[in-house]
Amino acid sequence: MSILIKGGRVIDPGKFDGIADVLIENNKIAALGSNLSAPVGGRTIHATGKLVVPGFVDVHVHFREPGFEYKETIQSGSAAAVAGGFTTVCCMPNTNPVNDNQAVTEFILERSRLAGLANVLPIGAITKGSEGKELAEIGDLRRSGCVAISDDGKPVMNSLVMRRAMEYAVAFDLTVVDHCEDLHLAEGGCMNEGLISTELGLPGIPSAAEDVMVARNLSLSELTGARLHLAHISTAGSVRMVREAKARGIRVTAEACPHHFTLTEELVRGYNTHAKMNPPLRTWADVQAIKEGLRDDTIDVIATDHAPHATQEKQQDFTEAPFGIVGLETALPLTLGLVEEGVLSLEQAIQKLTSAPAAAFGLKKGTLAVGADADVVLIDPQEPWEVDSSKFRSKSRNTPFVGWKVKGRVKTTIVGGKIVFEDGPVER
Amino acid sequence: MSLKRKDLLSLASLSVDEIMLVLETADSFKEVTGREIKKVPALRGKTVVNLFFEPSTRTRTSFELAAKRLSADVINFAPSSSSVVKGETLLDTARNIEAMQADIIVLRHSSAGAAETLAHGVKSSVINAGDGWHEHPTQALLDLYTIRQRGMNFNGLRVAIVGDVSHSRVARSNIYALIKLGAEVRLVGPPTMMPSCVEKLGAKVYYNMDEGLRGVHVIMMLRLQLERQGRAQFPTIREYSRLYGLTAERVRLADAGAIVMHPGPINRGVEIAPDVADSLSSVILDQVANGVAVRMGILYLMSGAN
Repeated sequence: MSILIKGGRVIDPGKFDGIADVLIENNKIAALGSNLSAPVGGRTIHATGKLVVPGFVDVHVHFREPGFEYKETIQSGSAAAVAGGFTTVCCMPNTNPVNDNQAVTEFILERSRLAGLANVLPIGAITKGSEGKELAEIGDLRRSGCVAISDDGKPVMNSLVMRRAMEYAVAFDLTVVDHCEDLHLAEGGCMNEGLISTELGLPGIPSAAEDVMVARNLSLSELTGARLHLAHISTAGSVRMVREAKARGIRVTAEACPHHFTLTEELVRGYNTHAKMNPPLRTWADVQAIKEGLRDDTIDVIATDHAPHATQEKQQDFTEAPFGIVGLETALPLTLGLVEEGVLSLEQAIQKLTSAPAAAFGLKKGTLAVGADADVVLIDPQEPWEVDSSKFRSKSRNTPFVGWKVKGRVKTTIVGGKIVFEDGPVER
Repeated sequence: MSLKRKDLLSLASLSVDEIMLVLETADSFKEVTGREIKKVPALRGKTVVNLFFEPSTRTRTSFELAAKRLSADVINFAPSSSSVVKGETLLDTARNIEAMQADIIVLRHSSAGAAETLAHGVKSSVINAGDGWHEHPTQALLDLYTIRQRGMNFNGLRVAIVGDVSHSRVARSNIYALIKLGAEVRLVGPPTMMPSCVEKLGAKVYYNMDEGLRGVHVIMMLRLQLERQGRAQFPTIREYSRLYGLTAERVRLADAGAIVMHPGPINRGVEIAPDVADSLSSVILDQVANGVAVRMGILYLMSGAN
């Protein structure tokens, strides 16, 4: 089916920004221009007042399948993704079994095909079982469809293993993603270390636990020439080091999560388990540094670290409750919040959700160029709404943003030329 | 008079007036504990549940005795030894207890915030009997009672708290209360035992014990958790004891009438020399005795709030 999207403000980051029509034919972007004529038998979507942008790319989600289907499945996670405007998501390998081999990778891809919603691209494990000891069959993972490697949820603590993984990945031009956390420094911690952890009597995770691993990874990237991507950076120190490394030409990209540029550790007061994530919410000064890093493009990518957990898991006491929050269905308005605040231009915000993450992993996604896959999202940037987790498509409800009044809503999501999500009454 | 609150979760959240009300109420029950028949009918018909997720002998016994002397029905519920299966949430356990019409739940738990989480989830009053490293409000209240019993005035009082402050709920509750009451709080121990930013709570930190003890009116020793030896907090018990153990010689650095306190159980010869523990300046057993009266006062005030 062909689709004509008429009269919206089209932003293709770095390439185009203006009122235009977008024509989709044969699952690809067929044309971008003014006064395009409606295809015979096709559908026309009137987008006046709307933004028309490439479908978002999230390089950091946890879809929990196989192994933890009670938290999320590839089906429910994909539904959440497209409702949030994400047409491509990269799922972390910390499933059970871990995605450290071709069979699991193929299973994920097959489930994604069955779901038929978003492009779900697996990230393979760096080491067998993500145990940080022996390299996984990275070549095989690449060949069967993994788009990056990571032991996310954990760091690769052994620096020699990390060096070898980075060297080996160079052969496949595969991005190596690390969750930067020194497990010894962070041991037992469940929130940012500082005055609030002292007041609450909770074991803290110092900023240094992240910073020392960022420093190590940057050194190893410099040594090996590997393409390094730093997951969810949260500290002022990380931002400073990445900025310096980029200035010296190290091949590094970095991501920040909406919660890390929106919330501070203050939210933990009252032992709110929806404020428990790893890395933890940090201080106001860290949040300012993350915003500055986003503004000057030290931080290339906005990723959600969508981490679903069941209600009963988050109802445990604070130290027992698992780390993580869901993020796919709230990322857009929180990112647009940065535009409203003047931290990012609108184009920059869209870029960090589309072309920048695609570039970080070398994906042919995140663009409206003629001939590209027709992954498109229509947004009403002004529409106000209130976050209601009971309406999430995700299986899980673990978000600290319940009741937040936000602005900016996904109206239509198109993946590969197919409309997979529509908000409100369908326009014909 | 009663506390105008459902729960007693922390001293950080209690006002000076509320703290003083507890101490004054404890006074009247102190008299009861000295009688031949140590029982009053104040809580007759009320049910107090001791819900202890961590092993504890003295705090649980103290609460049990306090409740019984008030004529309440007392149930001891120790989930580790009961049929509670791992995975049942704290809230589910507590709701079961609440369904049995418990008026007051006394909770001891290894996780900071457990009492607060529970208090939000049940209608019963919740008394925090220690939550992780967070607070142990009734212990601090009995410490305050014991200090006051010695005729000491909180305003301008110099108190040294010595030991592993970072892992101590007793220390946190005392820091909050003593600072509120106008005392000068000194924290003495190695930097590895001081929680991050603790000076911002208004306490002074001393790494040298002799300096920290100079001129203080109260020396409050914390129990050393021996299993932490070698795990970066301190190299050996021997060295810790030499640097931060309380000896008779060190007691002499304090004010002439200074008292020595310890929440127990004590490691004789580790954080406190045996002769100091047994000396006239030691009020360690007074603390235990006062614990019952103070907890009677708290239970009484809490039941009135219902």
